[in-house]
Amino acid sequence: MEDISLHVLDIIQNSISAGASCVDIAIKEIPADHSLYVMISDNGTGMDSSEAERSLDPFYTTRTTRRVGLGLPLFKAQAEASGGSLEIDTEKGRGTTVMARFDTRSIDCLPLGRMEDTMATLILCHPDIEFRYTHSYYDKCFEFSTQDIKGKLGDLLISDLSVIGWIRKYISENIEKLYGGVASEVDSGT
Amino acid sequence: MKSIQELEQIKQRTLQEVNLRKDRKGTRVVVGMATCGIAAGARPVLLAFVEEVQKRNLQDITVTQTGCVGVCRLEPIVEVYKPGEEKVTYVKVTPEKAKRIVAEHIVNGQVVTEYTIGAAEK
Repeated sequence: MEDISLHVLDIIQNSISAGASCVDIAIKEIPADHSLYVMISDNGTGMDSSEAERSLDPFYTTRTTRRVGLGLPLFKAQAEASGGSLEIDTEKGRGTTVMARFDTRSIDCLPLGRMEDTMATLILCHPDIEFRYTHSYYDKCFEFSTQDIKGKLGDLLISDLSVIGWIRKYISENIEKLYGGVASEVDSGT
Repeated sequence: MKSIQELEQIKQRTLQEVNLRKDRKGTRVVVGMATCGIAAGARPVLLAFVEEVQKRNLQDITVTQTGCVGVCRLEPIVEVYKPGEEKVTYVKVTPEKAKRIVAEHIVNGQVVTEYTIGAAEK
């Protein structure tokens, strides 16, 4: 995978296969601590402790348990290559949370990549699942939730391509704004 | 700058168009998005289809994903289902190829034979 946002897209395929109706994605950047945290949390079927352990084994994969395979092991390897780590917190019937930390000082640390493209892809392909995206950079924070957007759309489907196009730009501009990008000048009164 | 207010305009504009295209069976574009597909570049391919369909304002086109199609070495794999026609499987698709597939196959009905799995496996 070229960047972290592609890993996130891949890991969420597990949440979808696990029957999740709600997926939370949180990116937390603390450059002063050289840390980038990625948290993906779902309300899917979850795993028991032995399943959770095997989910990190790249050689454990069968046709019947497709939500384990290369996705998690690759993500874990990437986090660890940077000097970071990956943890899974899961319980049968409750859901699964995957938490990764990347050390941004490492030359092996992947760039974050285009989170807006990952979100747009997920929302387009899974309009019935509620996605929540939280991105924080130091004390600044951007939140996006499909539930809020659906409330505004009424009869129009969130997977309509015009809406997907808007979501992609909206998320991208707000992430730029977190970093103090050009978009911030639009804010009136600041 | 994108604003929530703009969503309201999109809603009004699109709902009028949506009413026109109800009950019609359209073309489906399905992109393989398992680990293999994503690593090979499926996301930019899927978004290229979305952009191209939107740019040309094509109606009745669904762009969606599936899991692993089973031939990981040929990813990104895209399947095009046109009503009343046989499924066409394109392999090693790129955003550039996606644009050509939209123009030649989806719009003009000419399968881009050189990108299909049949051509790749000769």
